[in-house]
Order: sequence, then C-alpha cells, then structure tokens
Amino acid sequence: MLPALWRVRAVRAETADTATLELVPLAGAVPRFAPGQFNMLYAFGIGEAPISLSGDAADPSCHVHTVRAVGAVSTAIARARPGGMLGLRGPFGSAWPVAAAEGQDLLIVAGGLGLAPLRPAIHQALAASGRYRRIAILYGGRNPAELLFRDELALWATRQGVTVAVTVDHADASWHGAVGVVPSLLDRVQFDPAATVALLCGPEVMLRFTAAALRGAGVAAARIFVSMERNMKCAVGLCGHCQFGPDFICRDGPVLPYDRIAARLAVREI
Amino acid sequence: MGAPTLPGAPVLLDPAGLDALIAALAARGFSVIGPTLREGAIVYDRISGIGALPAGWTDRQEAGRYRLERRADAALFGYAVGPQSWKRFLHPPEERLWRARRTEDGFTIETEPPPVERFAFLGMRACELHAVAIQDRVFLGGTHQDPGYAARRAGAFLVAVNCGTAGGTCFCVSMGTGPRAESGFDLALTELIGPDRHEFLTVAGSAEGAALLATLPSRPAGAEAEAAAASVMARTEAGMGRTLERAGLKEALQASPEHPHWDDVAARCLACANCTMVCPTCFCTSVSDHTDLAGTEAARVKRWDSCFTAEFSFIHGGPVRPHRSARYRQWLTHKLAHWVDQFGSSGCVGCGRCITWCPVGIDITAEAAAIRAAPDAKPEQEGHGNP
Repeated sequence: MLPALWRVRAVRAETADTATLELVPLAGAVPRFAPGQFNMLYAFGIGEAPISLSGDAADPSCHVHTVRAVGAVSTAIARARPGGMLGLRGPFGSAWPVAAAEGQDLLIVAGGLGLAPLRPAIHQALAASGRYRRIAILYGGRNPAELLFRDELALWATRQGVTVAVTVDHADASWHGAVGVVPSLLDRVQFDPAATVALLCGPEVMLRFTAAALRGAGVAAARIFVSMERNMKCAVGLCGHCQFGPDFICRDGPVLPYDRIAARLAVREI
Repeated sequence: MGAPTLPGAPVLLDPAGLDALIAALAARGFSVIGPTLREGAIVYDRISGIGALPAGWTDRQEAGRYRLERRADAALFGYAVGPQSWKRFLHPPEERLWRARRTEDGFTIETEPPPVERFAFLGMRACELHAVAIQDRVFLGGTHQDPGYAARRAGAFLVAVNCGTAGGTCFCVSMGTGPRAESGFDLALTELIGPDRHEFLTVAGSAEGAALLATLPSRPAGAEAEAAAASVMARTEAGMGRTLERAGLKEALQASPEHPHWDDVAARCLACANCTMVCPTCFCTSVSDHTDLAGTEAARVKRWDSCFTAEFSFIHGGPVRPHRSARYRQWLTHKLAHWVDQFGSSGCVGCGRCITWCPVGIDITAEAAAIRAAPDAKPEQEGHGNP
C-alpha cells in the first residue's frame, strides 16, 4: 500500500515532547474514520509509525494526530511544521463502541498518551451526551507536565452529566489534584456495573489493573474495551509483527473486548 | 507427440521427455527453477535442463544435521527437501516496495513496477504445494493482498514431484500434506527407477499442464507403472522420520502459555531464526526506510523478519518478548495453533526443515508433544489478577 501525501495544516505543542498535528490530503477527500482507529504516518526517508487519530471524527476537514517523540520516526513526525509533508496510509483497525454504549454509563479511562486515541470517542459521546446516563472521564499521567489536553479536560468537566477526574503518579508544587494510579479514580465516580461500558487506553500495566478493578466492581468483562499496542509494520495483517495471540492488532484491534483477551493479557510477553 | 491428455490420465516421460519439459517451459517464457547441488545441499535455482539436477544424490537428515550422500542409482529426485523452499521466489527475502523523491515543497512517491518474471517450479514436493497454498491464504486471502506475491504467484507454473524418499525429519503424513501431491499443481511426476527403468509417471492437474504435456514425447502409462508409482508412495509414507499428533493440539497449545517446558526449550534455543528462515510458510517481514547520501531519494524495502529477534516485538520501552521462551512460544503456538484461527489451517506442513536446520536440533514435534503432555490447563478465559 502506497502512502498518500498529506500536508501539515497546523501544529500545537501539547507537552515538552508531544504535539498535535492537523493533516490535510494533497488530493482527494479526507477519509472518514471511526474513533479508535489509527493511520500509518511516514516521515520522508526515516520511516513509518502507527499513530491513533485524536481528533473529532465529525470534522471532515482534516485528520488530527497527537504524537509523542520517542523514536526516530515519532520524533520526526512530532517536529513537523505547518506546511510540511507526511505520508499517510489508513485509517486502519477497529473502533470504540461509542454508539453501542448509548443509554448506559460510559467510563472512559486513559493513562498517559492513551487519552489521545480516546479523544475522538469523547468528542462523539459529548456530542450526544443526552443519550448517555452518565459519562466519566478518568485520566492519569506520570506528572502534571505530561498531562494532555488540560484545557479540554476542564471544559469537558463543565458539561452536565460529565465527570472528569485526573490523577498523577508524581505531583509537583503546581499540582493540587489527586495523586495515585488510574484505577484509584474509579472510587470517585458513580456507575451502575450492570449498565456500564468502559473504554480503556494506556500502558499495558494500567490496562490490566484498571480492567481488574472494574471486574472487582462488578462490570462484566464483555463491557470493557481496551486498545492494545504492538509493533506494527504493514497495518494490513501481512507482516506478522502485531500478533497478540490469534489476533492481529492492526486488523482485529487495536480496540478489543476484554473478555476476548483477558487470559492473554494476564500472561507475560504474549 | 501424444494426444491431448485430460487431467488425471497418466503418461510416462523418460529423462529425455523431462528434459523436453524444461525446454518447453523455457520456450514459453518461464524461468525454470529446480533442484541443484550447491555447497553440499539441495538448492532450488535456475536450471536449463536435466543435467543441472542432482542425479544420484540423496540426503540424510536428522535434528541439527544434514548430509548429502551418493545413491546406488541415478535418480534425479532421490532426496527430501533442502534448506530453502519456493518461498524464496514467490515471497523473496528482499523486495523494494516504493521510492520517494524530495521536491521543493515536500516529496513524491513512486510505486515499483510489478514483477514480470514468470517462474516454473520443477520438483515441488506435496508439503511445498501445501505451503504455497497456505501462503496464498496469508497474502491473497484477506482484505488486503500483497501485490508482488499476487503477480508472481499468478504467473507461476508448478511441477510437483511425489517424494520417492522420506527424510529423517519428515512428518507430512501426520500433517495430511503428503507425500503424494493431490492438487494445486500443473503437472505432477513420480520418478520410477530400477535396474532397467528410469521414467516419470506424469499427470496433469490443470488445463495448462495438460496442454503442455500433450506437446511432450510420452507414452501411455499402463497399470504396471501406476502400481509401481503407488508402491513408491507407500514406501515413502512408511518412511516418515517423525510424527506429530494433530488432534487437540491447537487447544492444548493455546491452553499452555505458562507451561514450564517453554523455559526448557529456551535453555537450548539460540534465537538464531534459522527455523523461520527455512520454514516454507513463515511470512513475517519488516520494512526499512533509507535515503541516499544527499537525502533526496528515499526507498522502502521489505525484508524477511523473524519473531525470534528482539527488534521484532519492539515498542517504546523495549521488546514485548525479551525472553527466548516467549519468542519460541510465539513461533510454535502461532505455527500450530493460532494459524488455524487466522487462516483456517495449521501453519505447519511437516517438511522437517526447522528440525534439520536448527543448530541445536530443537524438534518441533518433540516440543509440541512435551507441551501437550501436561498442559497447564488454563483455557482462554479470564484468568488474571482479579482482586
């Protein structure tokens, strides 16, 4: 699959090493995507990386990606400037069951950069917030400086029927909020375990403990959805890299129901 | 010249007829690839006639051991499979996918022209035909197809040879993939050799194969020749060096990710990736991107990769599978179990290459049996960490 050529329309610095990019195609329409899906972004001569879409799926004008500079490819992408060019293949993968959760309590639980792939789901849910019983957005980061979308988190918290709770592992002098791991935030929100859909994205250890806490609170495994990350090269199920048990994360995931993967997630190095 | 032959009606070719087959394929524009003798092994390579075939050689294969030996006769196909499979041609070890060129305000991307070389494979074994069918399902059976593979595969002419000898590490009978080539070929040969005989019982498996066979000097095969071919098959079937019990294997492996035997294998495994390179179905690839020195031309190249390397599973922070036990578990469980969920069949065809070419002689049949012997009985259900 050949990458299409896209241009960087705007860049916003989120943290010291993370930026949000708005991308528009050189030719043709902006492809539709579903919250939870990802694109393969290519930086000239350096390489390609899977990056989740982090913008509003209802915005037909661009694709939005939030990228943390961790390796050569993601660094080149995160440092792209307006007017710069990237290659793009996608969108790929499975989606969050946002619409399917209507009429129920929606728990959105993110750790670190995991808020970015959940942001389109938040936009979609908030656009129809009246159709949900309660919406809770629970978010944790290593420290206050690494928290993403803080202005939006504050804005989301003002919405009726929406609770936002944020925690950090390590506070600094500026922080007056909660300190602790993400699952501890579950105690701060009300939800009916029998009528809750939970969407989880973050480091694997956070996924394991959050899912376990939700199970402990009585939420059925089939009501919990997690976004998984694995090494990825082709994004179309042909290169073999992203296998997680019988699933290809690029094709069967990244969003997978917890009841399908719980046993695997419990085993080291699958 | 024989009359047009329907698929299934066997004829006999003598060695000159086989030579004429190679010439006819070359005349039709095929690059003919067949077994040759090179560096002490049977290696598939370009051939222009039967003179290139390893006449009078056989092989002795055991776990971690491969030796060629002289046969008492001049059989042309008197050995089992060598280290490399036809994968090397249909799914080449390295393939450039596209090139990019820097421009004033960005870059452009140019696709590679589709491959034009058409291959005729002479001497494909039944297990190898099954391996090609498996890679067909991997590369062509899903939503996204591999265009290079599709082009090479569509143009290929397949000549099978029913195995006249079983290798010490062969277990195609266990896998239901041999030793007789049942389908998926254009022509299939059975070599009949004796003190007074050297000929090839030949059947067509496609209209293209039948049309080509009709142009070759041949004579009808009588009941005696068919009986001789059947006895060759029976002898090979009885000579399998290994067995693998397939019933319930998928479930046993998927239930045993924490079996202590994975550590036992890891203590021997060198993570050298030989097994994945010689496996005729292993399909994993990586890509690398690079530029010229001026930074104006870039290219993306696809290469064979292996789940035994640390880089294979690398995500930020490190590899998902730092330990060899996890990498061997991934390979074996994928090959014999997850493959069934993904592509509808086992990923193993029983060719024995991974056993022969493992430098420490790790034996997939023995390791699978050990895992099955006492599974740790943890079916796929919620197992972890509930408080």
